[in-house]
Amino acid sequence: MIEFRNLTLAYGDRRLLDGVSAVIPAGEVTALVGRNGTGKSTLLRAVAGTDSRTVTAGQILIDGRDASRLAPMQRARTVAVVTTDKCRVANLRVEDAVALGRSPYTNWIGRMQRDDRDTVRSSLETVGMESFAAKSMDSLSDGEAQRVMIARALAQQTPAILLDEPTAFLDMPGRYELCSLLRRLARDEGKCIFFSTHELDIALSLCDRTAIIDTPALHVAPSAEIARSGLVERLFRSDSVSFDPATLGIRFKK
Amino acid sequence: MNRRATTLFAALSAAVAALFVADLATGSVNIAAGDVWAALTGGACDTTTRDIILKIRLVKAVMAVMAGAALSIAGLQMQTLFRNPLAGPYVLGISSGASLGVAIFLLGAPLAGIAGSSLVRTLGTAGAAWLGSAAVLSLIMAVSRRIKDIMVILILGMMLGSAVTAVVEILQYLGTEAALKSFVVWTMGSLGDITPQQLGVIAPVLAAGFALAVAAVKPLNMLLLGENYARTMGLDTSHARRTVFLSTVLLAGTVTAFCGPIGFVGLAVPHVARMIFSTADHRTLTLASALTGAAMLLVCDIVSKMLALPVNTVTALFGIPVVVLVVVRNRNMF
Repeated sequence: MIEFRNLTLAYGDRRLLDGVSAVIPAGEVTALVGRNGTGKSTLLRAVAGTDSRTVTAGQILIDGRDASRLAPMQRARTVAVVTTDKCRVANLRVEDAVALGRSPYTNWIGRMQRDDRDTVRSSLETVGMESFAAKSMDSLSDGEAQRVMIARALAQQTPAILLDEPTAFLDMPGRYELCSLLRRLARDEGKCIFFSTHELDIALSLCDRTAIIDTPALHVAPSAEIARSGLVERLFRSDSVSFDPATLGIRFKK
Repeated sequence: MNRRATTLFAALSAAVAALFVADLATGSVNIAAGDVWAALTGGACDTTTRDIILKIRLVKAVMAVMAGAALSIAGLQMQTLFRNPLAGPYVLGISSGASLGVAIFLLGAPLAGIAGSSLVRTLGTAGAAWLGSAAVLSLIMAVSRRIKDIMVILILGMMLGSAVTAVVEILQYLGTEAALKSFVVWTMGSLGDITPQQLGVIAPVLAAGFALAVAAVKPLNMLLLGENYARTMGLDTSHARRTVFLSTVLLAGTVTAFCGPIGFVGLAVPHVARMIFSTADHRTLTLASALTGAAMLLVCDIVSKMLALPVNTVTALFGIPVVVLVVVRNRNMF
């Protein structure tokens, strides 16, 4: 469970969130939506603890522990992150890429014990990539590479997993498959899954909850409630398009 | 480590040993392999042969092994840290820093009229080069504490290198002809001007660099996926960067100080090691690069002795095709 307590987030002198209190529950998939520049990635980075300078007040708690107070290794055992950074490294085998997720648990030279190897294997099985174990990362497609990165996050054995724009490079079936994988991880493994996306329909129809940034507030509620709330129409309105709550899609204004 | 890697390591070590002996046997005086062995093991052979082998060629061959290993490991570290296949041991401006030091020592000091001062004399070319490269690297490290983006550091290193080159050119323009010649000779690189006493200084410094390189193995593996991922997997990236930078200046800085800038070894060898072992794991690649680098520099030394060319020319001729091959074949290195 990720909890924000009176969280204030600022980027330079721009206030992104102000005094936000909300809960992202475990065992569910929560999508984070908001217009460009409202601070989706900044919020994820603050939760991940990779850039806490933006947190100017309040707290982020992960399973009850203050994210900003965790030592790097403790943090890596609490929250795992999947980004869209380039990861298709030549000569890096899929298995070894997933094994990097064991880094917070292995010794100074990264020696893998038997249970580390078992964790790597079961993580690959969970994402359905076990037959790719010996392949090189640079031979994979975007979708396959992303699954491997998710397996790596699973191997980190953290209660929370964050994903930054995981749907960005996927085609339509790929996006639906990704969402069903994330739901499975939340239901079966009790993970707290929190990801940012630009796809309103995915957030509102496929995720348990939607967190929507209404600068400087953050509303978190079951997706159906958010869809009915009128927030999406208001926040995603422009001169030429409008949000249609019936189809959960954007349409051109006539 | 799997069986294939073990076999490859054994083969590579044997190749280094064979090349080492071949390097001892090569030179302006022909010495048979049997006499080389006798001189090394204290067997029967004449004193001139023994002196040539032990006092000249052995020192040079040992230096070739150490320099090849050091430059290659430094190159491997830089390529992973910057996630750039064209990064090498000199990418942070180590060689330009060293040449600045040497240029000031050889060209600038006489101009300023302090050539005779005992401080300058005891400092020596190597000391000046070491100070120069350490100064440039400390500057880069200080900047990297504030700047998170590693690509910015890379560009700053290159810019600093160009600035230093400009200063060196001014010194060259103003320097005397004799001083200019000794500077140009230094830039050509040489494994041969090392004394056994110097070797006693070089070896422990390089050993410290190798130890840091081993300590950097796990951080470098984590950095394969980039600094963001490494950080989320628990890596203290600024600490890792400091370890790698320090290791690089100890390895590449020291070799450059004593042998001059030796190009292309550090750039090409890690790619050869990756091709031979087909892995990205630094637990394998660190040792693999060291052995491959030692073998390559021994080959270059043998060729340079046979053709009487500066070693830098030979490393360039061997290294450039490898780099071209890598660039053409493997565009998604990182």
